[in-house]
Amino acid sequence: MNALLQEYLPLVIFTGISLAMGLALLVAPFIVAYRQPDPEKLSAYECGFNAFDDARMKFDVRFYLVAIIFIIFDLEVAFLFPWAITFGQLGVFGFWSMMVFLAVLTVGFIYEWKKGALEWD
Amino acid sequence: MSPIVSGLLNVVGILIVLVALAAGLTWIERRLLGFWQDRYGPNRAGPFGLLQAVADMIKILFKQDWVPPFADRPVFIIAPAVAMVTVLLAFAVVPVSPSIGIAANLNIGLLFFLAMSSLSVYSIVLAGWASNSKYSLLGGMRAAAQMLSYEVFMGLSVIGVVIIAGSFSLGDIVDAQHRLWFIIPQFLGFVVFVIAGIAETRRLPFDLPEGENELGAGFHTEYSGMKFGMFFVAEYIGIVLISAIITTLFLGGWRGPALPPLLWFLIKTGFFIGFFILLRAALPRPRYDQLMACGWKVMLPLALLNILLTGAVVLADRSPV
Repeated sequence: MNALLQEYLPLVIFTGISLAMGLALLVAPFIVAYRQPDPEKLSAYECGFNAFDDARMKFDVRFYLVAIIFIIFDLEVAFLFPWAITFGQLGVFGFWSMMVFLAVLTVGFIYEWKKGALEWD
Repeated sequence: MSPIVSGLLNVVGILIVLVALAAGLTWIERRLLGFWQDRYGPNRAGPFGLLQAVADMIKILFKQDWVPPFADRPVFIIAPAVAMVTVLLAFAVVPVSPSIGIAANLNIGLLFFLAMSSLSVYSIVLAGWASNSKYSLLGGMRAAAQMLSYEVFMGLSVIGVVIIAGSFSLGDIVDAQHRLWFIIPQFLGFVVFVIAGIAETRRLPFDLPEGENELGAGFHTEYSGMKFGMFFVAEYIGIVLISAIITTLFLGGWRGPALPPLLWFLIKTGFFIGFFILLRAALPRPRYDQLMACGWKVMLPLALLNILLTGAVVLADRSPV
């Protein structure tokens, strides 16, 4: 327990000081900054036009697709990390089982590619 | 008591140096860009314009710092702080020299770095969403898709390093490079990591989330004053961070002949910072579809190939034939 604490203590101190710094920079302008609001300054920036639409508009479904693909491949990375760190003890069997796993994912990846999930035009 | 005191010294020292470096980098970058573009760059405030960073800081502190009335107030205010704090935190695991480093031997160091760089996606998306403005939303969406994608490749590219070093601790990874820097056996991983690193820090040529000719200023269009400044500081600390991590993972960290370790670390990191700035001066921005295609169709297969090759070579090296 003590060794663990000693290892993480600097990290805790560091987190604390970084948070304090972030907070200080957020608060400082409230104290020193000059302010003189006017309606033009407070309106949304749209290159000079008045906004004629709600800003939370529809956006392309491809962003959603990227998020889905990301989850699959990030999970793959999450599986690869424990495999990589114990690679020394795994030997040939461990290597080939991961290769099978990667091969299955690659099939899925090729399917995605052929279906056009990676196209952006 | 002594570990606490030395830990505190490390923490405060590194924080001060980092923030000073980020401020200094704004000047260095503008001077270098000026040099490469055949103009002066800032040269008025102090000798060689060295005090420009100080002048900018004072100016930005006193600038009007308003929260737009249409924005989502709490999220809008928190986002820049998240950007800065996550980048700063990631620095905790970097071994600067054998004795300097906050938690260099943390046994999950590399994972900690990846986690923090993933968390920084939140700041951008939250900023883009909370601003409630069209350019901000588009910039935020672009940033999310780009950073998520390149995060995958970044994770994949370091797996080769982990296989060879057998540890997540960045201190151990540096130790594992005492004979050979990992850039040689892991060249493919190195290339993927550098490109993913540029995309993660949203630096040119991959700064599409804030591409000014398309999106105004992207996710921070509605930000002003110190809140904008915090995004700016986060970007520069991000450059230093990525350079330091590249140095640690692939160039042997503080290892090197003759010169003291700290100096070696600074030379290697400085080299990559200069490289990042040169990229900005030299390369045009790709289109967004090109960026995503390059990621999924080139970087991903390359990174997987790297894992395959590294695994096979390490296995062949170890097993008695």
